[in-house]
Amino acid sequence: MPTIKVPLGPQHPALKEPESFKFELDGERVVGVDVRMGYAHRGIEKGFEGRTFTQGIYLAERICGICSHAHTTPFVQNVEELLKIEIPPRARYIRVLVGELERIHSHLLWLGVAGHEVGFDSLFMYTWRDRELVLDMLELISGNRVHHGMNTVGGVRRDVSADQAEKLLEMNALVTARTDYYIKMCTAEPTFMARISGVGPLSKQDALDLNAVGPMARASGVKRDIRKDDPYAAYGEIPFEVITAESCDVLGRAVVRVFELLQCVRIVGYVLKNMPAGDIRVRAPRKVPAGEAIARYEAPRGENIHFMKSNGTEKPDRVKVRAPTYANMPATLATLKGSFVADIPITVAAIDPCFCCADRMVRLVDDRTGRNDLMTWPQLQRYSREWLGRNRRDLIGN
Amino acid sequence: MAIPSLLKVLLYLLAFPGVLFLCAFSTCVEWFDRKVYARLQNRIGPLHTGNSGILQPLADFIKLMAKEDLVPTHADKGIFNALPLFSFASALTAFLMVPIFRVHLPFTSFPGDLIVIIYLLSIPTIVYFLAGWHSTNYFAMLGSFRNLTQLFGYEVPLFLSLLTPGMLAGAWHGGVWSPANWQMSAIGQFYMTHAFLIPVNIIGFAVALIALQAKLERVPFDAPEAETEIVAGAMTEYSGKKLALFRLTVDMELVAGSALIATVFLGGFVLPPVALGGTDISAPLSFILFVLKTLFVVALLSLMRALMGRLRIDQTIAFSWRWLAPLSLIQVVIAVGLKAFVRF
Repeated sequence: MPTIKVPLGPQHPALKEPESFKFELDGERVVGVDVRMGYAHRGIEKGFEGRTFTQGIYLAERICGICSHAHTTPFVQNVEELLKIEIPPRARYIRVLVGELERIHSHLLWLGVAGHEVGFDSLFMYTWRDRELVLDMLELISGNRVHHGMNTVGGVRRDVSADQAEKLLEMNALVTARTDYYIKMCTAEPTFMARISGVGPLSKQDALDLNAVGPMARASGVKRDIRKDDPYAAYGEIPFEVITAESCDVLGRAVVRVFELLQCVRIVGYVLKNMPAGDIRVRAPRKVPAGEAIARYEAPRGENIHFMKSNGTEKPDRVKVRAPTYANMPATLATLKGSFVADIPITVAAIDPCFCCADRMVRLVDDRTGRNDLMTWPQLQRYSREWLGRNRRDLIGN
Repeated sequence: MAIPSLLKVLLYLLAFPGVLFLCAFSTCVEWFDRKVYARLQNRIGPLHTGNSGILQPLADFIKLMAKEDLVPTHADKGIFNALPLFSFASALTAFLMVPIFRVHLPFTSFPGDLIVIIYLLSIPTIVYFLAGWHSTNYFAMLGSFRNLTQLFGYEVPLFLSLLTPGMLAGAWHGGVWSPANWQMSAIGQFYMTHAFLIPVNIIGFAVALIALQAKLERVPFDAPEAETEIVAGAMTEYSGKKLALFRLTVDMELVAGSALIATVFLGGFVLPPVALGGTDISAPLSFILFVLKTLFVVALLSLMRALMGRLRIDQTIAFSWRWLAPLSLIQVVIAVGLKAFVRF
């Protein structure tokens, strides 16, 4: 049987965001795969250059719709490094608190999506119901469910009162109970196990060679976690374990995430009980001295890197964001080769893809001529006039 | 044929228990299935259309009927348009065979109707395959391959398990064994008078339930229409009225299949005569009994749908031949053995 080429995306029910995969299939087997990114490019990096550092925080928050705190934290860390200011300990703990709650809601969301990808919609409904609990906790802290707006240069914007902490601890106990249930379910439900165990294999060597990050790497036995390797905020003082799995497949990635959930709720409990008293922020000047800084952050999906270059004004000269999905793309393509068609959605979903975070540029290719030049603004205007000239009759005719 | 009897036949075919009743009943069953499924997932399910959402499937149907109807450029128009009618007609005819209460017409209940209904219920699957094949779409084609592949998995266990109750219900007539003539009403009658024999078929019942789930392409056997993999499988290119007809067909298959299982395994409609104030009311009561038993089977199918994830097509086939087929054979051996050594 000859191979057929099947497009998956940019619009496809398995993908919640636009991304184009082209699969070469031999029956139900995948023999080749190609990816085209850039459908959700929003020009955010350029957007930073026109905004002040404070305004940039809110733009950074909107890079991702799920891990918003994971983008503001490295952003403000960079600014603080350039300003050479030290933030108060309480602010560091609050940053950890929000970050870990965000990790819980992201992992629960992933678990639901994974269930949906393998047709296990009940799991999806249950995890998303319990995720509401975590969103409520975040709302209690920050007033917002997803875009928390907690970080600011020099600390955080809102404090956690004693009342709130007590309430949060209660809710945390509930989340812990639900997490235990998911751990049991994830490691016991036969159809779910049958669909994820042995699927999307990625050996430890491949994970290292292809620079996999986050749960993807940890599921292949690579003990790589920025919170331990390069502690930021208060992670150096908080006890927790880095979860790894040796099975190197989607099952491993699921197991890493559900056991990480357990670590997260422990960290949240520890932070709430051991939060130091004091200020939550220090004043920071508006102008940032010239220099360069790099910050790393362990987002729910893996290592998130922000680079910042300042030129002594109120606005950054250049901000570069490397989101974890981008880093995991080569490894994903490697795991897809040789898999079944049926395993494509769950294999792609196993990296917890967030394509709009990863899309950094867009390249326009003319469908007929294959030309892929970038157009300047005058060129685009000229092209628009020519196109209108050619098609005017059709447009007016209708 | 005399006019009154012709009228009766027409009434039987078009109103009750024919087209109208089946359409109404199957939308209600879809509502029941959705509601049970939703409750199992901690959701509310359909709520606003009609009393607790009971009209939602009907509303969906009407909405789809009003939607734009597209035919792919390269598709064979004639076949593409005709296929929904084929599957609709076969599901409809299949349901006519199911004995739902005491009154029967000779052309809906006859010796061998069990075999006929099984074959009629196979036709929609073949139609789905053709629909996918004629859609000239990769996703539809992949879906239709899976349709056929799955058919080879569940068909044999389903047939075997559905036939075994008939074997047990059969009798010796002058040295010839007639397995209740493979007539559903006769099988139902037998299990109502020999209720203690119903548990004997428990293995067959389980196999038939699972195989029916595979036939209806519901979770965990919904690989042929796996949304996240191949969009909607064979149905990908269908829209508007044709899709509405296909969806109604699926509902009817669900009803006919569940009713079939309820009849041959649980005794179906059959009820001893019940008198109330001198009149025999067993006919309406037997109908209610039939509906309740059918809904029981549907509830079991919904439970299965909520409890599991989707199996890969190779896992489905392996499961069918490794477990379902041997189990249905064991059931055959039990039925034959019981028949040979025990007189009842």
